[in-house]
Amino acid sequence: MSYVSRAYISAGATDSPALHIPDGFLSVWMALLCWAAAVLLLAIAVRRSRGELVERQIPLMGVMAAFIFAAQMINFPVAGGTSGHLLGGALAAIALGPWAGMLVMTSVIGVQALLFQDGGLVVMGANILNMGLLTTLIGYGLFQTVAGQRREVRLAVAGIAAWLSVIAGALATSLQLWLSGTTALRIVVPAMVGIHALIGIGEALITVAALAFILQTRPDILEVHSQTRGGRGWVIAGAIMALVVVLLAPLASANPDGLERVAMDLGFIQQGMASPYQILPDYTLPLMNETALSTILAGAIGVMVVAGLTVMVVRLLRRPARATS
Amino acid sequence: MHANTFDRYQAGEGLIHSLAPQVKVVLTVLFILSNVLLPDGAWLALSLAWCLVLLTSTLAGLGIGYTLKRSFVALPFALAAVTVAFNLPGQPLVKWNIGPWQLVATDAGVIRFASIVVRTWLSVQMAILLTATTRFPDLIHALNHLHIPQLLVAIISFMYRYLFILTDEAMRLMRAREARSARPMAGGGGGSVAWRARVSGNMIGQLFLRSYERSDRVYNAMLARGYSGQFLTISPHQMHTKDWAIGATAIIIMLLLQVIGRLTLQ
Repeated sequence: MSYVSRAYISAGATDSPALHIPDGFLSVWMALLCWAAAVLLLAIAVRRSRGELVERQIPLMGVMAAFIFAAQMINFPVAGGTSGHLLGGALAAIALGPWAGMLVMTSVIGVQALLFQDGGLVVMGANILNMGLLTTLIGYGLFQTVAGQRREVRLAVAGIAAWLSVIAGALATSLQLWLSGTTALRIVVPAMVGIHALIGIGEALITVAALAFILQTRPDILEVHSQTRGGRGWVIAGAIMALVVVLLAPLASANPDGLERVAMDLGFIQQGMASPYQILPDYTLPLMNETALSTILAGAIGVMVVAGLTVMVVRLLRRPARATS
Repeated sequence: MHANTFDRYQAGEGLIHSLAPQVKVVLTVLFILSNVLLPDGAWLALSLAWCLVLLTSTLAGLGIGYTLKRSFVALPFALAAVTVAFNLPGQPLVKWNIGPWQLVATDAGVIRFASIVVRTWLSVQMAILLTATTRFPDLIHALNHLHIPQLLVAIISFMYRYLFILTDEAMRLMRAREARSARPMAGGGGGSVAWRARVSGNMIGQLFLRSYERSDRVYNAMLARGYSGQFLTISPHQMHTKDWAIGATAIIIMLLLQVIGRLTLQ
Protein backbone atom coordinates (compact mmCIF):
# COMPACT_ATOMS: atom_id res chain seq x y z
CA MET A 1 0.00 0.00 0.00
CA SER A 2 1.38 3.34 -0.96
CA TYR A 3 1.79 6.50 1.06
CA VAL A 4 -1.24 7.96 -0.63
CA SER A 5 -3.74 5.30 0.22
CA ARG A 6 -2.42 5.21 3.76
CA ALA A 7 -2.88 8.94 3.92
CA TYR A 8 -6.41 8.53 2.68
CA ILE A 9 -7.20 5.77 5.11
CA SER A 10 -5.78 7.71 8.03
CA ALA A 11 -7.64 10.81 6.95
CA GLY A 12 -10.81 8.78 6.61
CA ALA A 13 -10.28 7.08 9.92
CA THR A 14 -10.23 10.36 11.78
CA ASP A 15 -13.67 11.37 10.65
CA SER A 16 -15.40 8.20 9.57
CA PRO A 17 -16.39 7.23 13.12
CA ALA A 18 -17.91 10.65 13.38
CA LEU A 19 -19.90 11.43 10.27
CA HIS A 20 -19.82 8.82 7.49
CA ILE A 21 -22.68 6.62 8.70
CA PRO A 22 -22.18 3.00 7.59
CA ASP A 23 -25.01 0.75 6.44
CA GLY A 24 -26.93 -0.96 9.21
CA PHE A 25 -26.83 1.98 11.60
CA LEU A 26 -30.04 3.63 10.48
CA SER A 27 -33.47 2.08 10.46
CA VAL A 28 -35.06 1.65 7.04
CA TRP A 29 -37.62 4.39 7.56
CA MET A 30 -34.97 6.85 8.71
CA ALA A 31 -32.78 6.01 5.72
CA LEU A 32 -35.72 6.53 3.38
CA LEU A 33 -36.75 9.78 5.05
CA CYS A 34 -33.23 11.15 4.62
CA TRP A 35 -33.15 10.00 1.00
CA ALA A 36 -36.44 11.78 0.40
CA ALA A 37 -35.12 15.04 1.83
CA ALA A 38 -31.83 14.72 -0.03
CA VAL A 39 -33.52 13.86 -3.33
CA LEU A 40 -35.86 16.82 -2.99
CA LEU A 41 -33.00 19.27 -2.54
CA LEU A 42 -30.86 17.60 -5.21
CA ALA A 43 -33.73 17.65 -7.69
CA ILE A 44 -33.97 21.41 -7.25
CA ALA A 45 -30.19 21.68 -7.54
CA VAL A 46 -30.17 19.71 -10.79
CA ARG A 47 -33.07 21.75 -12.14
CA ARG A 48 -31.42 25.02 -11.22
CA SER A 49 -28.18 23.91 -12.84
CA ARG A 50 -29.73 23.35 -16.25
CA GLY A 51 -29.34 25.82 -19.04
CA GLU A 52 -26.60 27.25 -21.16
CA LEU A 53 -24.06 27.56 -18.37
CA VAL A 54 -24.16 23.92 -17.40
CA GLU A 55 -22.05 22.53 -20.21
CA ARG A 56 -19.26 24.75 -19.02
CA GLN A 57 -20.09 23.91 -15.41
CA ILE A 58 -19.83 20.12 -15.69
CA PRO A 59 -16.03 19.95 -15.94
CA LEU A 60 -15.77 22.65 -13.30
CA MET A 61 -17.98 20.80 -10.82
CA GLY A 62 -16.28 17.47 -11.57
CA VAL A 63 -12.81 18.86 -11.05
CA MET A 64 -14.02 20.67 -7.94
CA ALA A 65 -15.41 17.43 -6.51
CA ALA A 66 -11.98 15.90 -7.02
CA PHE A 67 -10.53 19.02 -5.40
CA ILE A 68 -12.67 18.59 -2.26
CA PHE A 69 -11.58 14.96 -2.08
CA ALA A 70 -7.91 15.91 -2.41
CA ALA A 71 -8.28 18.84 -0.01
CA GLN A 72 -9.68 16.50 2.64
CA MET A 73 -6.29 14.78 2.57
CA ILE A 74 -4.32 17.90 3.37
CA ASN A 75 -4.00 17.49 7.08
CA PHE A 76 -3.45 20.20 9.59
CA PRO A 77 -1.32 19.00 12.48
CA VAL A 78 -2.91 20.04 15.75
CA ALA A 79 -0.84 18.55 18.53
CA GLY A 80 0.69 15.28 19.61
CA GLY A 81 0.08 13.28 16.44
CA THR A 82 -3.56 14.27 16.03
CA SER A 83 -4.47 16.28 13.01
CA GLY A 84 -7.55 17.87 11.57
CA HIS A 85 -8.65 18.15 8.01
CA LEU A 86 -11.20 19.97 5.94
CA LEU A 87 -14.70 18.59 5.35
CA GLY A 88 -15.30 21.28 2.77
CA GLY A 89 -19.08 21.77 2.61
CA ALA A 90 -19.00 25.44 3.56
CA LEU A 91 -15.97 26.17 1.39
CA ALA A 92 -17.55 24.48 -1.65
CA ALA A 93 -20.78 26.43 -1.24
CA ILE A 94 -19.08 29.79 -0.73
CA ALA A 95 -16.61 29.35 -3.58
CA LEU A 96 -18.87 27.67 -6.13
CA GLY A 97 -22.35 28.80 -5.22
CA PRO A 98 -24.94 26.79 -3.30
CA TRP A 99 -26.32 24.52 -6.02
CA ALA A 100 -22.96 23.64 -7.47
CA GLY A 101 -21.68 23.15 -3.92
CA MET A 102 -24.48 20.69 -3.17
CA LEU A 103 -23.86 18.69 -6.35
CA VAL A 104 -20.11 18.66 -5.75
CA MET A 105 -20.44 17.48 -2.13
CA THR A 106 -22.98 14.84 -3.16
CA SER A 107 -20.55 13.48 -5.73
CA VAL A 108 -17.75 13.39 -3.17
CA ILE A 109 -19.89 11.44 -0.72
CA GLY A 110 -21.10 9.10 -3.45
CA VAL A 111 -17.60 8.28 -4.62
CA GLN A 112 -16.36 7.83 -1.06
CA ALA A 113 -19.11 5.29 -0.45
CA LEU A 114 -18.82 3.48 -3.79
CA LEU A 115 -15.06 3.40 -4.08
CA PHE A 116 -13.87 3.26 -0.47
CA GLN A 117 -16.89 1.99 1.48
CA ASP A 118 -16.55 5.17 3.49
CA GLY A 119 -20.20 5.54 4.41
CA GLY A 120 -22.99 3.16 3.42
CA LEU A 121 -25.09 2.87 0.27
CA VAL A 122 -28.60 2.58 1.69
CA VAL A 123 -27.84 5.31 4.25
CA MET A 124 -26.12 7.50 1.65
CA GLY A 125 -29.13 9.82 1.63
CA ALA A 126 -28.45 10.64 5.26
CA ASN A 127 -24.75 11.17 4.63
CA ILE A 128 -25.51 13.45 1.69
CA LEU A 129 -27.98 15.40 3.79
CA ASN A 130 -25.67 15.77 6.80
CA MET A 131 -22.35 16.41 5.13
CA GLY A 132 -23.35 17.78 1.75
CA LEU A 133 -26.62 19.66 1.97
CA LEU A 134 -26.86 21.01 5.52
CA THR A 135 -23.27 22.19 5.40
CA THR A 136 -23.64 24.00 2.08
CA LEU A 137 -26.95 25.53 3.13
CA ILE A 138 -25.57 26.96 6.36
CA GLY A 139 -22.24 27.88 4.80
CA TYR A 140 -23.68 29.77 1.87
CA GLY A 141 -26.68 31.24 3.67
CA LEU A 142 -24.66 32.76 6.48
CA PHE A 143 -21.95 33.99 4.12
CA GLN A 144 -24.60 35.78 2.07
CA THR A 145 -25.78 37.76 5.10
CA VAL A 146 -22.63 39.86 4.80
CA ALA A 147 -22.40 40.08 1.00
CA GLY A 148 -20.79 43.39 0.04
CA GLN A 149 -19.34 43.97 3.50
CA ARG A 150 -15.70 44.48 4.34
CA ARG A 151 -13.29 41.63 3.73
CA GLU A 152 -12.61 40.98 7.42
CA VAL A 153 -16.30 40.78 8.23
CA ARG A 154 -16.96 38.34 5.40
CA LEU A 155 -14.08 36.13 6.43
CA ALA A 156 -15.17 36.11 10.06
CA VAL A 157 -18.70 35.14 9.09
CA ALA A 158 -17.34 32.45 6.78
CA GLY A 159 -15.48 31.03 9.77
CA ILE A 160 -18.58 30.99 11.94
CA ALA A 161 -20.54 29.41 9.09
CA ALA A 162 -17.92 26.68 8.64
CA TRP A 163 -17.92 25.97 12.38
CA LEU A 164 -21.71 25.80 12.57
CA SER A 165 -21.92 23.64 9.45
CA VAL A 166 -19.77 20.96 11.07
CA ILE A 167 -21.84 21.05 14.25
CA ALA A 168 -25.03 20.87 12.18
CA GLY A 169 -23.74 17.74 10.45
CA ALA A 170 -22.81 16.13 13.76
CA LEU A 171 -26.11 17.06 15.36
CA ALA A 172 -28.13 15.70 12.44
CA THR A 173 -26.07 12.50 12.41
CA SER A 174 -26.52 11.83 16.10
CA LEU A 175 -30.23 12.61 16.01
CA GLN A 176 -30.72 10.20 13.09
CA LEU A 177 -28.80 7.49 14.90
CA TRP A 178 -30.85 8.00 18.02
CA LEU A 179 -34.19 8.03 16.20
CA SER A 180 -33.14 4.76 14.56
CA GLY A 181 -32.68 3.25 17.99
CA THR A 182 -28.97 2.72 17.37
CA THR A 183 -27.55 4.89 20.12
CA ALA A 184 -28.47 6.34 23.45
CA LEU A 185 -29.30 10.02 23.12
CA ARG A 186 -27.88 11.00 26.49
CA ILE A 187 -24.36 9.89 25.64
CA VAL A 188 -24.06 10.32 21.92
CA VAL A 189 -25.45 13.80 21.32
CA PRO A 190 -23.25 15.55 23.89
CA ALA A 191 -20.23 13.52 22.74
CA MET A 192 -20.77 14.11 19.03
CA VAL A 193 -21.62 17.79 19.38
CA GLY A 194 -18.74 18.33 21.80
CA ILE A 195 -16.14 16.66 19.60
CA HIS A 196 -17.38 18.44 16.51
CA ALA A 197 -17.41 21.80 18.23
CA LEU A 198 -13.64 21.25 18.39
CA ILE A 199 -13.27 19.75 14.91
CA GLY A 200 -15.32 22.68 13.64
CA ILE A 201 -12.70 25.14 14.89
CA GLY A 202 -10.17 23.50 12.58
CA GLU A 203 -12.69 23.62 9.74
CA ALA A 204 -13.31 27.32 10.42
CA LEU A 205 -9.59 28.19 10.50
CA ILE A 206 -8.83 26.31 7.28
CA THR A 207 -11.90 27.65 5.47
CA VAL A 208 -11.07 31.23 6.41
CA ALA A 209 -7.43 30.85 5.38
CA ALA A 210 -8.37 29.25 2.06
CA LEU A 211 -10.96 31.93 1.33
CA ALA A 212 -8.52 34.69 2.25
CA PHE A 213 -6.07 33.20 -0.20
CA ILE A 214 -8.67 33.00 -2.96
CA LEU A 215 -9.92 36.53 -2.22
CA GLN A 216 -6.41 37.83 -2.54
CA THR A 217 -5.51 36.00 -5.74
CA ARG A 218 -8.73 35.57 -7.72
CA PRO A 219 -11.45 37.67 -6.06
CA ASP A 220 -13.48 37.42 -9.26
CA ILE A 221 -14.30 33.75 -8.57
CA LEU A 222 -16.05 34.56 -5.30
CA GLU A 223 -17.78 37.66 -6.63
CA VAL A 224 -19.59 35.66 -9.32
CA HIS A 225 -21.53 33.76 -6.68
CA SER A 226 -21.84 36.32 -3.96
CA GLN A 227 -23.35 39.09 -6.06
CA THR A 228 -25.28 37.83 -9.06
CA ARG A 229 -26.86 34.92 -7.24
CA GLY A 230 -27.23 36.53 -3.86
CA GLY A 231 -30.83 35.87 -2.98
CA ARG A 232 -32.61 36.71 0.21
CA GLY A 233 -33.99 33.18 0.28
CA TRP A 234 -30.53 31.80 0.98
CA VAL A 235 -29.95 34.28 3.75
CA ILE A 236 -33.25 33.36 5.40
CA ALA A 237 -32.74 29.62 4.97
CA GLY A 238 -29.15 29.76 6.19
CA ALA A 239 -30.03 31.93 9.17
CA ILE A 240 -32.92 29.68 10.17
CA MET A 241 -30.81 26.54 9.92
CA ALA A 242 -28.04 28.18 11.91
CA LEU A 243 -30.53 29.28 14.55
CA VAL A 244 -31.91 25.75 14.78
CA VAL A 245 -28.41 24.39 15.35
CA VAL A 246 -27.56 27.06 17.90
CA LEU A 247 -30.75 26.33 19.84
CA LEU A 248 -30.99 22.59 19.36
CA ALA A 249 -27.39 21.58 20.00
CA PRO A 250 -27.19 22.86 23.59
CA LEU A 251 -30.74 21.73 24.27
CA ALA A 252 -30.08 18.20 23.07
CA SER A 253 -26.77 18.05 24.90
CA ALA A 254 -27.91 19.53 28.18
CA ASN A 255 -31.43 18.20 28.31
CA PRO A 256 -31.66 15.00 26.27
CA ASP A 257 -34.44 13.75 28.54
CA GLY A 258 -36.76 16.43 27.25
CA LEU A 259 -35.96 15.64 23.66
CA GLU A 260 -36.44 11.94 24.27
CA ARG A 261 -39.82 12.64 25.77
CA VAL A 262 -40.91 14.70 22.77
CA ALA A 263 -39.85 11.94 20.43
CA MET A 264 -41.79 9.43 22.52
CA ASP A 265 -44.90 11.58 22.45
CA LEU A 266 -44.63 12.03 18.70
CA GLY A 267 -44.21 8.28 18.26
CA PHE A 268 -40.77 8.45 16.67
CA ILE A 269 -39.08 6.04 18.99
CA GLN A 270 -41.63 3.26 18.70
CA GLN A 271 -41.21 3.39 14.94
CA GLY A 272 -37.47 3.49 15.16
CA MET A 273 -37.04 0.57 17.48
CA ALA A 274 -37.56 -2.97 16.39
CA SER A 275 -37.89 -4.17 19.97
CA PRO A 276 -40.25 -2.62 22.50
CA TYR A 277 -38.72 0.39 24.16
CA GLN A 278 -39.68 2.09 27.35
CA ILE A 279 -38.03 4.86 29.23
CA LEU A 280 -36.81 3.51 32.54
CA PRO A 281 -39.14 4.39 35.40
CA ASP A 282 -36.59 6.35 37.38
CA TYR A 283 -35.91 8.29 34.25
CA THR A 284 -39.32 9.90 33.89
CA LEU A 285 -39.71 11.01 37.50
CA PRO A 286 -37.68 14.17 38.02
CA LEU A 287 -38.90 17.69 37.36
CA MET A 288 -42.09 17.60 35.39
CA ASN A 289 -41.88 21.35 34.75
CA GLU A 290 -38.59 21.05 33.00
CA THR A 291 -39.84 18.41 30.59
CA ALA A 292 -42.95 20.46 29.88
CA LEU A 293 -40.80 23.47 29.13
CA SER A 294 -38.53 21.50 26.86
CA THR A 295 -41.52 19.99 25.08
CA ILE A 296 -42.69 23.49 24.24
CA LEU A 297 -39.17 24.50 23.18
CA ALA A 298 -38.70 21.50 20.94
CA GLY A 299 -42.14 22.03 19.47
CA ALA A 300 -41.29 25.63 18.67
CA ILE A 301 -38.09 24.54 17.02
CA GLY A 302 -39.93 21.96 14.97
CA VAL A 303 -42.32 24.63 13.73
CA MET A 304 -39.37 26.83 12.80
CA VAL A 305 -37.70 24.06 10.85
CA VAL A 306 -40.86 23.38 8.88
CA ALA A 307 -41.47 27.08 8.28
CA GLY A 308 -37.90 27.56 7.17
CA LEU A 309 -37.99 24.67 4.76
CA THR A 310 -41.29 25.86 3.34
CA VAL A 311 -40.02 29.38 2.78
CA MET A 312 -36.91 28.00 1.14
CA VAL A 313 -38.70 25.62 -1.20
CA VAL A 314 -41.22 28.24 -2.22
CA ARG A 315 -38.51 30.76 -2.98
CA LEU A 316 -36.44 28.27 -4.88
CA LEU A 317 -39.33 27.14 -7.00
CA ARG A 318 -40.28 30.71 -7.75
CA ARG A 319 -36.86 31.88 -8.88
CA PRO A 320 -36.37 29.90 -12.11
CA ALA A 321 -39.60 31.38 -13.46
CA ARG A 322 -38.22 34.86 -12.92
CA ALA A 323 -34.94 33.90 -14.54
CA THR A 324 -36.60 32.70 -17.74
CA SER A 325 -39.00 35.61 -18.09
CA MET B 1 0.35 8.33 -9.01
CA HIS B 2 -1.15 5.30 -10.61
CA ALA B 3 -4.87 4.72 -10.63
CA ASN B 4 -4.32 1.43 -8.83
CA THR B 5 -3.62 3.27 -5.61
CA PHE B 6 -7.26 4.04 -5.16
CA ASP B 7 -9.00 1.54 -7.31
CA ARG B 8 -9.96 -1.62 -5.49
CA TYR B 9 -10.87 -3.41 -8.73
CA GLN B 10 -9.52 -6.96 -8.94
CA ALA B 11 -9.31 -8.09 -12.55
CA GLY B 12 -11.10 -11.36 -13.22
CA GLU B 13 -13.15 -13.35 -15.71
CA GLY B 14 -15.70 -15.07 -13.48
CA LEU B 15 -19.46 -15.06 -13.36
CA ILE B 16 -19.64 -12.08 -11.02
CA HIS B 17 -17.22 -9.97 -13.03
CA SER B 18 -19.21 -10.43 -16.22
CA LEU B 19 -22.57 -9.58 -14.65
CA ALA B 20 -24.07 -6.31 -15.89
CA PRO B 21 -22.94 -3.56 -13.51
CA GLN B 22 -26.45 -2.20 -12.99
CA VAL B 23 -27.56 -5.65 -11.77
CA LYS B 24 -24.65 -5.72 -9.35
CA VAL B 25 -25.48 -2.29 -7.97
CA VAL B 26 -29.15 -3.15 -7.49
CA LEU B 27 -28.37 -6.50 -5.87
CA THR B 28 -25.83 -4.94 -3.51
CA VAL B 29 -28.31 -2.31 -2.40
CA LEU B 30 -31.03 -4.96 -1.97
CA PHE B 31 -28.67 -7.15 0.04
CA ILE B 32 -27.91 -4.26 2.39
CA LEU B 33 -31.63 -3.46 2.67
CA SER B 34 -32.33 -7.09 3.43
CA ASN B 35 -29.76 -7.02 6.25
CA VAL B 36 -31.30 -3.89 7.71
CA LEU B 37 -34.79 -5.42 7.52
CA LEU B 38 -33.82 -8.61 9.35
CA PRO B 39 -35.03 -8.48 12.95
CA ASP B 40 -32.59 -8.25 15.85
CA GLY B 41 -31.15 -11.57 16.90
CA ALA B 42 -32.09 -13.45 13.70
CA TRP B 43 -28.75 -15.19 13.84
CA LEU B 44 -29.61 -18.01 11.44
CA ALA B 45 -30.65 -15.61 8.69
CA LEU B 46 -27.65 -13.37 9.33
CA SER B 47 -25.31 -16.38 9.11
CA LEU B 48 -26.95 -17.38 5.83
CA ALA B 49 -26.43 -13.83 4.59
CA TRP B 50 -22.76 -14.22 5.45
CA CYS B 51 -22.72 -17.46 3.42
CA LEU B 52 -24.07 -15.38 0.53
CA VAL B 53 -21.12 -13.00 0.91
CA LEU B 54 -18.68 -15.91 0.95
CA LEU B 55 -20.37 -17.52 -2.06
CA THR B 56 -20.14 -14.29 -4.06
CA SER B 57 -16.53 -13.85 -3.07
CA THR B 58 -15.69 -17.42 -4.13
CA LEU B 59 -17.60 -17.13 -7.40
CA ALA B 60 -15.67 -13.95 -8.14
CA GLY B 61 -12.44 -15.88 -7.64
CA LEU B 62 -11.37 -13.68 -4.73
CA GLY B 63 -11.30 -16.42 -2.12
CA ILE B 64 -12.99 -16.45 1.25
CA GLY B 65 -10.62 -14.12 3.09
CA TYR B 66 -10.64 -11.22 0.67
CA THR B 67 -13.47 -9.18 2.16
CA LEU B 68 -12.44 -9.93 5.74
CA LYS B 69 -9.31 -7.83 5.48
CA ARG B 70 -11.10 -4.67 4.51
CA SER B 71 -14.38 -5.22 6.34
CA PHE B 72 -13.40 -3.46 9.52
CA VAL B 73 -13.59 0.09 8.10
CA ALA B 74 -16.97 0.69 9.68
CA LEU B 75 -16.18 -0.78 13.07
CA PRO B 76 -15.09 2.47 14.76
CA PHE B 77 -18.70 3.52 14.32
CA ALA B 78 -19.69 0.64 16.58
CA LEU B 79 -18.48 2.79 19.48
CA ALA B 80 -21.54 4.96 19.02
CA ALA B 81 -23.81 1.92 18.99
CA VAL B 82 -22.32 0.37 22.12
CA THR B 83 -24.39 2.82 24.13
CA VAL B 84 -27.57 1.05 23.08
CA ALA B 85 -26.49 -2.07 25.00
CA PHE B 86 -26.99 -0.11 28.20
CA ASN B 87 -30.10 1.70 27.17
CA LEU B 88 -32.70 -0.98 26.51
CA PRO B 89 -34.90 -2.47 29.18
CA GLY B 90 -34.41 -6.19 29.73
CA GLN B 91 -32.72 -8.74 31.92
CA PRO B 92 -29.57 -7.20 33.40
CA LEU B 93 -26.42 -9.06 32.39
CA VAL B 94 -23.56 -6.99 33.74
CA LYS B 95 -23.40 -4.02 36.07
CA TRP B 96 -20.62 -1.51 36.29
CA ASN B 97 -20.35 1.38 38.66
CA ILE B 98 -18.47 4.29 37.16
CA GLY B 99 -18.46 7.26 39.46
CA PRO B 100 -22.01 8.49 39.92
CA TRP B 101 -23.36 6.41 37.02
CA GLN B 102 -24.43 2.83 37.05
CA LEU B 103 -24.13 1.04 33.73
CA VAL B 104 -26.40 -1.94 33.25
CA ALA B 105 -26.02 -4.01 30.11
CA THR B 106 -29.27 -5.82 29.37
CA ASP B 107 -29.83 -8.91 27.23
CA ALA B 108 -32.08 -7.00 24.80
CA GLY B 109 -29.50 -4.23 24.59
CA VAL B 110 -26.61 -6.58 23.89
CA ILE B 111 -28.60 -8.47 21.24
CA ARG B 112 -29.49 -5.21 19.54
CA PHE B 113 -25.89 -3.99 19.62
CA ALA B 114 -24.56 -7.27 18.23
CA SER B 115 -27.21 -7.27 15.48
CA ILE B 116 -26.28 -3.74 14.41
CA VAL B 117 -22.59 -4.60 14.22
CA VAL B 118 -23.19 -7.83 12.29
CA ARG B 119 -25.53 -6.11 9.82
CA THR B 120 -22.97 -3.39 9.17
CA TRP B 121 -20.15 -5.89 8.84
CA LEU B 122 -22.08 -7.95 6.25
CA SER B 123 -23.18 -4.86 4.31
CA VAL B 124 -19.68 -3.47 4.08
CA GLN B 125 -18.38 -6.79 2.76
CA MET B 126 -20.92 -6.86 -0.07
CA ALA B 127 -20.08 -3.25 -0.95
CA ILE B 128 -16.39 -4.23 -1.05
CA LEU B 129 -17.23 -7.07 -3.43
CA LEU B 130 -19.12 -4.67 -5.69
CA THR B 131 -16.07 -2.43 -6.03
CA ALA B 132 -13.69 -5.37 -6.34
CA THR B 133 -15.56 -6.94 -9.25
CA THR B 134 -16.66 -3.82 -11.15
CA ARG B 135 -14.46 -1.24 -12.82
CA PHE B 136 -15.36 2.20 -11.57
CA PRO B 137 -16.17 3.55 -15.07
CA ASP B 138 -18.61 0.63 -15.41
CA LEU B 139 -20.15 1.57 -12.06
CA ILE B 140 -20.63 5.08 -13.40
CA HIS B 141 -22.41 3.67 -16.46
CA ALA B 142 -24.56 1.61 -14.14
CA LEU B 143 -25.66 4.83 -12.42
CA ASN B 144 -26.59 6.12 -15.85
CA HIS B 145 -28.68 3.03 -16.57
CA LEU B 146 -30.37 3.39 -13.19
CA HIS B 147 -31.53 6.90 -14.17
CA ILE B 148 -29.44 8.89 -11.75
CA PRO B 149 -29.58 12.45 -13.18
CA GLN B 150 -27.18 12.83 -16.11
CA LEU B 151 -25.66 15.91 -14.50
CA LEU B 152 -24.63 14.07 -11.33
CA VAL B 153 -23.28 11.11 -13.29
CA ALA B 154 -21.22 13.47 -15.44
CA ILE B 155 -19.82 15.22 -12.37
CA ILE B 156 -18.92 11.87 -10.79
CA SER B 157 -17.15 10.67 -13.91
CA PHE B 158 -15.14 13.89 -14.10
CA MET B 159 -14.36 13.59 -10.44
CA TYR B 160 -13.05 10.07 -10.89
CA ARG B 161 -10.92 11.14 -13.82
CA TYR B 162 -9.25 13.98 -11.91
CA LEU B 163 -9.14 12.36 -8.49
CA PHE B 164 -5.68 10.97 -9.03
CA ILE B 165 -4.26 14.10 -10.60
CA LEU B 166 -5.48 16.39 -7.86
CA THR B 167 -4.45 13.94 -5.14
CA ASP B 168 -0.99 14.00 -6.67
CA GLU B 169 -1.13 17.76 -6.54
CA ALA B 170 -2.17 17.68 -2.88
CA MET B 171 0.63 15.23 -2.10
CA ARG B 172 3.16 17.54 -3.76
CA LEU B 173 1.90 20.44 -1.66
CA MET B 174 2.22 18.37 1.50
CA ARG B 175 5.72 17.23 0.57
CA ALA B 176 6.71 20.84 0.02
CA ARG B 177 5.32 21.76 3.40
CA GLU B 178 7.18 18.96 5.14
CA ALA B 179 10.38 19.96 3.42
CA ARG B 180 9.92 23.47 4.77
CA SER B 181 9.24 22.08 8.24
CA ALA B 182 5.88 23.53 9.00
CA ARG B 183 5.31 20.35 10.95
CA PRO B 184 5.21 20.63 14.73
CA MET B 185 8.35 19.14 16.23
CA ALA B 186 9.60 18.42 19.68
CA GLY B 187 10.78 21.71 21.09
CA GLY B 188 7.96 23.77 19.65
CA GLY B 189 8.91 24.01 15.99
CA GLY B 190 6.31 24.70 13.37
CA GLY B 191 4.59 27.73 14.76
CA SER B 192 1.30 28.05 16.62
CA VAL B 193 -1.81 26.05 15.85
CA ALA B 194 -3.40 29.05 14.15
CA TRP B 195 -0.30 29.50 12.02
CA ARG B 196 -0.35 25.84 10.98
CA ALA B 197 -4.04 26.13 10.15
CA ARG B 198 -3.27 29.13 7.98
CA VAL B 199 -0.57 27.20 6.14
CA SER B 200 -3.01 24.35 5.47
CA GLY B 201 -5.65 26.85 4.42
CA ASN B 202 -3.28 28.54 2.01
CA MET B 203 -2.39 25.15 0.55
CA ILE B 204 -6.07 24.39 0.04
CA GLY B 205 -6.63 27.80 -1.51
CA GLN B 206 -3.72 27.16 -3.83
CA LEU B 207 -5.09 23.74 -4.74
CA PHE B 208 -8.49 25.31 -5.35
CA LEU B 209 -7.12 27.83 -7.82
CA ARG B 210 -5.03 25.24 -9.62
CA SER B 211 -8.10 22.99 -9.91
CA TYR B 212 -10.27 25.88 -11.05
CA GLU B 213 -7.87 26.86 -13.76
CA ARG B 214 -7.35 23.25 -14.77
CA SER B 215 -11.10 22.82 -15.32
CA ASP B 216 -10.94 25.74 -17.77
CA ARG B 217 -8.25 24.01 -19.76
CA VAL B 218 -10.11 20.69 -19.57
CA TYR B 219 -13.22 22.24 -21.01
CA ASN B 220 -11.36 23.89 -23.86
CA ALA B 221 -9.58 20.63 -24.64
CA MET B 222 -12.91 18.78 -24.63
CA LEU B 223 -14.47 21.25 -27.03
CA ALA B 224 -11.45 20.90 -29.30
CA ARG B 225 -12.06 17.13 -29.37
CA GLY B 226 -15.71 17.40 -30.27
CA TYR B 227 -17.45 17.11 -26.88
CA SER B 228 -21.20 17.42 -27.30
CA GLY B 229 -22.43 16.87 -23.76
CA GLN B 230 -22.54 13.07 -23.96
CA PHE B 231 -20.10 10.50 -22.68
CA LEU B 232 -19.55 7.51 -24.91
CA THR B 233 -18.67 3.96 -23.96
CA ILE B 234 -17.60 0.94 -25.95
CA SER B 235 -19.30 -1.48 -23.56
CA PRO B 236 -23.05 -1.03 -23.86
CA HIS B 237 -23.88 -3.00 -20.66
CA GLN B 238 -26.99 -4.56 -22.11
CA MET B 239 -28.99 -6.93 -19.95
CA HIS B 240 -28.75 -10.54 -21.13
CA THR B 241 -30.77 -13.56 -20.07
CA LYS B 242 -27.98 -14.48 -17.67
CA ASP B 243 -28.22 -11.10 -15.90
CA TRP B 244 -31.99 -11.40 -15.49
CA ALA B 245 -31.68 -14.99 -14.25
CA ILE B 246 -28.99 -14.27 -11.69
CA GLY B 247 -30.75 -11.12 -10.55
CA ALA B 248 -34.03 -12.97 -10.04
CA THR B 249 -32.35 -15.87 -8.22
CA ALA B 250 -30.56 -13.50 -5.86
CA ILE B 251 -33.78 -11.63 -5.09
CA ILE B 252 -35.59 -14.91 -4.33
CA ILE B 253 -32.75 -15.94 -1.99
CA MET B 254 -32.97 -12.63 -0.17
CA LEU B 255 -36.75 -12.99 0.21
CA LEU B 256 -36.15 -16.47 1.66
CA LEU B 257 -33.67 -14.95 4.11
CA GLN B 258 -36.36 -12.57 5.30
CA VAL B 259 -38.83 -15.43 5.78
CA ILE B 260 -36.23 -17.48 7.67
CA GLY B 261 -35.28 -14.50 9.81
CA ARG B 262 -38.88 -13.94 10.85
CA LEU B 263 -39.77 -17.61 11.34
CA THR B 264 -36.80 -18.42 13.56
CA LEU B 265 -37.69 -15.64 15.96
CA GLN B 266 -41.25 -16.85 16.58
